[in-house]
Amino acid sequence: MSAAIDHQIMWNRLIAVVEEQATTLVRTAFSTSVREAGDLSAGLFDLRGRMMAQAVTGTPGHVNAMAESVGHFLAEIGMQNVFEGDVYLTNDPWKGTGHLHDITMVSPVFREGRPVGFFACTAHVVDIGGRGFGPDAGEVYEEGLLLPIMKFAERGEISRDLLRIVRWNVREPDQVIGDLHSLAACNAAGDRRLQAMLDEFALGDLAGLADYIIDTSRAATRAAIAAVPDGVYRNEMVVDGYDAPVRMAVTLDIEGERLRADFAGTSGMSGFGVNVPEVYTRAYACYGLKCAIAPEVPNNAGSLEPFEISAPEGCILAARRPAPVSVRHVLGHMVPDVVLGALFHALPGVVPAEGSSALWNVQISARPADPEAGLRGAEVLMFNSGGTGARPALDGLSATAFPSGVKTMSVEATEHVGPVVIWRKDLREGSGGAGQYRGGLGQVIEIEARQGYDFHVNAMFDRVEHPARGRSGGGPGACGRVELVGGGALKGKGRQKIAAGRRLRLCLPGGGGYGDPKARARDAVRADLAAGYVSPAQARDDYGLDE
Amino acid sequence: MREDPIRAGVDIGGTFTDVALEHAGGLSTCKLLTDHGAPERAIMAGLERAAARAGVAPGDIGQVIHGTTLVTNALIERRGARVAFITTDGFRDVIEMRTESRFEQYDLNLVLPAPLVARADRLVLAERVAADGSVLLAPDADAIAALAETVAAGGYEAVAVGFLHAYANDAHERAMAEALNRAAPGLPVSLSSAISPRMREFERFNTVIANAYVQPLMADYLRRLVERLRAAGIGAPVFMMHSGGGLIGLETAVQQPVRLLESGPAGGAIYAAGFARAHGQARTLSFDMGGTTAKICLIEDGTPRTAASFEVARTWRFRKGSGMAVSTPVVEMVEIGAGGGSIAWVDGMGRIRVGPRSAGSEPGPACYGRGGDEPTVTDANLVLGRIDADNFAGGAIALSRERAGAALAARLGGVAPDAQAAAFAVTEMVDENMANAARVHAVENGRDIESYTMIAFGGGAPLHACRQCEKLGIAAALIPPGAGVGSAIGFLRAPFSYEATRGLFQRLSEFDAGAVNAALAVLEAEARAFLARGAGQGAATATRLIAHMRYGGQGWEIPVVLEHRRFAESDRAAIRAAFEAAYRQLFGRIIEGLEIEIANWALRVATALPPVQEARRFLAAGAEAAGRPREFYDAALRATVAAREVARADMAPGVGVDGPAVIVEDETATIVTSAFRAIGQGDGSLLLLRKEAGA
Repeated sequence: MSAAIDHQIMWNRLIAVVEEQATTLVRTAFSTSVREAGDLSAGLFDLRGRMMAQAVTGTPGHVNAMAESVGHFLAEIGMQNVFEGDVYLTNDPWKGTGHLHDITMVSPVFREGRPVGFFACTAHVVDIGGRGFGPDAGEVYEEGLLLPIMKFAERGEISRDLLRIVRWNVREPDQVIGDLHSLAACNAAGDRRLQAMLDEFALGDLAGLADYIIDTSRAATRAAIAAVPDGVYRNEMVVDGYDAPVRMAVTLDIEGERLRADFAGTSGMSGFGVNVPEVYTRAYACYGLKCAIAPEVPNNAGSLEPFEISAPEGCILAARRPAPVSVRHVLGHMVPDVVLGALFHALPGVVPAEGSSALWNVQISARPADPEAGLRGAEVLMFNSGGTGARPALDGLSATAFPSGVKTMSVEATEHVGPVVIWRKDLREGSGGAGQYRGGLGQVIEIEARQGYDFHVNAMFDRVEHPARGRSGGGPGACGRVELVGGGALKGKGRQKIAAGRRLRLCLPGGGGYGDPKARARDAVRADLAAGYVSPAQARDDYGLDE
Repeated sequence: MREDPIRAGVDIGGTFTDVALEHAGGLSTCKLLTDHGAPERAIMAGLERAAARAGVAPGDIGQVIHGTTLVTNALIERRGARVAFITTDGFRDVIEMRTESRFEQYDLNLVLPAPLVARADRLVLAERVAADGSVLLAPDADAIAALAETVAAGGYEAVAVGFLHAYANDAHERAMAEALNRAAPGLPVSLSSAISPRMREFERFNTVIANAYVQPLMADYLRRLVERLRAAGIGAPVFMMHSGGGLIGLETAVQQPVRLLESGPAGGAIYAAGFARAHGQARTLSFDMGGTTAKICLIEDGTPRTAASFEVARTWRFRKGSGMAVSTPVVEMVEIGAGGGSIAWVDGMGRIRVGPRSAGSEPGPACYGRGGDEPTVTDANLVLGRIDADNFAGGAIALSRERAGAALAARLGGVAPDAQAAAFAVTEMVDENMANAARVHAVENGRDIESYTMIAFGGGAPLHACRQCEKLGIAAALIPPGAGVGSAIGFLRAPFSYEATRGLFQRLSEFDAGAVNAALAVLEAEARAFLARGAGQGAATATRLIAHMRYGGQGWEIPVVLEHRRFAESDRAAIRAAFEAAYRQLFGRIIEGLEIEIANWALRVATALPPVQEARRFLAAGAEAAGRPREFYDAALRATVAAREVARADMAPGVGVDGPAVIVEDETATIVTSAFRAIGQGDGSLLLLRKEAGA
């Protein structure tokens, strides 16, 4: 009896161990997106490179990506070169998590002189050189320093040469090198906890436990897939893209316990850094499908394996080297909408309508209008979310991130970071798609530089031309808008200057509605009207409220 | 007149109302069911009963110290006042937009908690203060007056005002309050600049709204309580326990009821801290396990750790983010859904899970025989022989081992071969969950938990303390006496205290000592004024100053304790050193070359604690306790072991018993596993020591 229960206890413990790893990273990282957005991950792998446990963090994009990366490390380093005290790293977008800013670090776990597994973690660093974070590079070479899979430390000795290369290639060397040490230390913390557990259970290796976790998870996931009606389901979605609209197409083939998703028919690569390496596409596709089909199964090699996901090499969702990929998250965040739209045909009562989906990250460079004025400039980063799609029996969530797990920052804290005033950050009335269940509302943000400053904004905003679509008779959410207060439209993409005294206004998209708006409970329409979520005209015209 | 007045500690919990009466003859306690309709009734009954036991007249009670879960419950159950919230134009939806994130990553049908104030009741004023406190947009006097009229005509029971950066400049909030007082005299008004003057609008707005929301209810309740006390001839002053672990006067409690949140658990931590001091233990961990949740708190140098904010009323599996963020000084605790009533179940992968759902007291665990058929932690402990079926709660409730075994077998039979295996799995899982939470909490605070002493109380903790120590690598645990009413006793040990806070953002390189000294003078005056209303003038006091600091670009501040004095610009180096020491403690290293920032200041003034009455400690047993044979299942050994059962009353100072042993008392039982031994202490505590740790 005891073996199965011991395995359950140890599985439980491993999940706590990797959560502890992740917590440590969140609290020590310098990168805003690690701290605020949970843009990191941490996990334990067995000797064959199979992921056994992974922390649930703010980034579904790391789910499969990190799971696959340890296999690349094993292949390139070779087990004969794995020594106690080693630490390996890479930020190769195609072997890590999709762009150069993410550094993945892997440390072998040794027991009595023999390797028994690996800890891995990934974090988004503040800077990686090149042009800086943005979509404007033509090739990955311009996006910064690429560290191929290599040893950060061998037998406990950190590579001074590597540190010097990093130090001379990034803009914030203290913070970036600090984060490298944090990553290594977080693996070491995981190692200590794991050793204690293995001592407690008198285990010499992870082999039996890994099989138990992976087999159990695989079986549970397959059973969940088997419960989805067999068939071939298709969906397409068009979004703004950077310089031209992007078509994303998927074919979902479900047969018994097998699920295959392929993105054939998707647009070709862009000349800008919105391209997505396939590993990142797989991560978000898998995340979307898993939410709908098997949400309770913890992430590990067994629960991910049954989702067979591919995209034709050379499409924008499987970009080829040396394509620029820096802001791969914009289209990556749209991938769940695409796969869920196909799955809707199989599971109509489960899947939500489309949402705003891609974050509206605002990167502001505030500079003194008069360079001689002796004022200091500042970089300000804000994360903001539009509305999510309505669910089959629930309204969408207003101003809430999905699929990303990002958190927004306090306006008061942001105004201490740089010379800006956020005049408005409020729900965008009337922006939710009409439906029996209403789409989540977007938000309106108004930003002005403090007196004496103007600023540039690095726009990377989607769903300005292509709204989130509703389902089952639900209407679309409102499109996004980028403009100046008092008149003057701005572009949804690219670097633009906002002159001193002018206010930038961002209207974030709403989520799509679900079901016929005329079927919405009258009390719900009245409540929406009283709260101002819908206008009197919408209540009358869209919802048919006749009072 | 007596030298020491008779003092009564009264704790209203969700299930029980506990009273502890301290008098010349010692301590008498009692426990009653909470009266949810009129909580003061149970208090009166409890005071009378405790007074009768102590042989004193209720009228001789000199002080009543009260903590209550009523504020927390009002927030959870949404039973507060109809509140209007007035805020800066452009920020009407801050409390609804929250952090713009989902607390559960994989749930497509996630429901976020609704804000306390509906959108239609959130009103805006065109005004704006900048981050540095300067005015960007002055409000129009007519607009203020019109808004006040709207509120007055709106049928509201309370008003909250929260403007952006009001912690840096409260002029607009005060102007709004004056207009409200004119337009609607008597309508309670809460200002964010008074209730929670700290940077970060979401937490500050939530806090001021929560304050307004519970204010009428608490004012009414406290008025009724005082009336009942007076009617019963108890003229004693009433003081309230606050979430930060100290006492405040009634008047302050009525103005700032949000400070009363979590006062019961704070009392528990103070109770544990008293034993940490009496036993001279600098590093301790309190472990309080009741019927529904377990709470863990780090207590260092006899003081529970405090935090500047916390989350109340979590709606989903105690998950971070599913509750309401409130920023008010609080004893820092982790709380997880693990208690005697926690229900065991099997998930989709055939794994046994425990909690966070609880069978509560109705229907209760299966073994109660009150209709519960789901297996709980208590059922598992019963099957494993850790609880005595005939002697539970002093024999008040007869437990059915058969029902417990049947529920375990029925619900978990697919995974575990028999009831004992299922029971073992259930207790191991709940022990894992608690130990993991404790370990993560320690890691978050940069602490190495293995060097700590555990102080275990609450009905469930003595059953699980040894196993927790085994899992956490802790060598010693203390089981204090009177643990069933620990919070109420803790109230009697708490100092009067008030923590005043202020957001004052500065870069350390531009440290403006004058501005800081001015702000601290205001904080000290404020804190002393509130303290005087409770403790009276002239009491000996101690202050503690905390600066919340970070590296520029970081999003978290860490608390840095600084010496409270007048600062000069030349103190920069000392402040930097204090920050770096705190940072190193938390994160193991510092980062050279980065700007350091100060975001908030907090000054706590507290009355001095009475001198510690040192407990006589016994690390080795002078005599062995007599007992009768008994068996229980020892989880570490994976076997049922032949143990001794000893009455707690027989564990006199210096009397010891080697594990495996069960030490029984009315309220609970202490399981001494094979790896531990227990020794009675001078103050009635039990000290559990790991055998290999040596005497």
